[in-house]
Amino acid sequence: MDTTSFTPWSALLGGALIGASASMLLLLNGEVAGISGIVGRLVRPDEGDASWRAAFVAGLVLGGVLLSVLHPASFGPSAATLPRTVVAGLLVGFGTRLGNGCTSGHGVCGLARLSGRSVVATMTFMATGALATFVMRHVIGGAR
Amino acid sequence: MSPRKKRDLAAGASGFVFAMGLGIAGMTQPLKVAAFLDVTGAWDPSLAFVMVGAIGVHLALLRVLKRPSPMFAARFALPTGAQVDTRLLVGAALFGLGWGIAGYCPGPAVVSVASVSPVTLAFVGAMLTGMLVYALAFERRPSTQPA
Repeated sequence: MDTTSFTPWSALLGGALIGASASMLLLLNGEVAGISGIVGRLVRPDEGDASWRAAFVAGLVLGGVLLSVLHPASFGPSAATLPRTVVAGLLVGFGTRLGNGCTSGHGVCGLARLSGRSVVATMTFMATGALATFVMRHVIGGAR
Repeated sequence: MSPRKKRDLAAGASGFVFAMGLGIAGMTQPLKVAAFLDVTGAWDPSLAFVMVGAIGVHLALLRVLKRPSPMFAARFALPTGAQVDTRLLVGAALFGLGWGIAGYCPGPAVVSVASVSPVTLAFVGAMLTGMLVYALAFERRPSTQPA
């Protein structure tokens, strides 16, 4: 198991940019920066008004390309083996749509709006996330 | 410029800033996410600071730049539901399990497509599949034929 170092300043700076981005999207377009909702509604584009969602996702990927050029160490490997990573992806995709949000929509935007649903959702995914990590790292093993 | 073009540009810029924030914050490193969730092990609390920074700046900007309607759209599209129901709880629980296993949530996963790592691409493919399964199973589509 790898250990990582405590990086509060870059975490705060990165968080501030995420907050600025969410504010831009809300104040300019009136939309909540919930990534799972933005991506999930693109999967069925007949929803209408798909172009801004596609543009947001393009911005995300473009940002990723710039990060990979300027600072490739921004990207690390998955915390799990390939088969487990695929199972995790299915859970994340289905779960975020069923629960109407993820770390951004509930954990940042929802908490900032003091939404009771988002408080409950955030506590829930933090708890099951910690549980899954505990099982992966300390019970069955095989995690990185 | 048409309102739609303005909205697309604003959304693209917002996505770009969001990606930079995730990368700088360390959210695109699944092992850092796992270390944040590993509260009984070698706990790395850094990512709590991401939430503090994001929520703090979001709250402050919304307070300072408060406006009756968004600049490029007619109204704010804010979620209106207030009820905590089974779907919210089950969905959040399943999402957390997946997040804890791989260390990816949706935003960092999409940004990490740029790293072209096969395992990461497999995560994103599976995530999109999960979203499609949800859409097919639970979203009622407008009927194309009159009843």
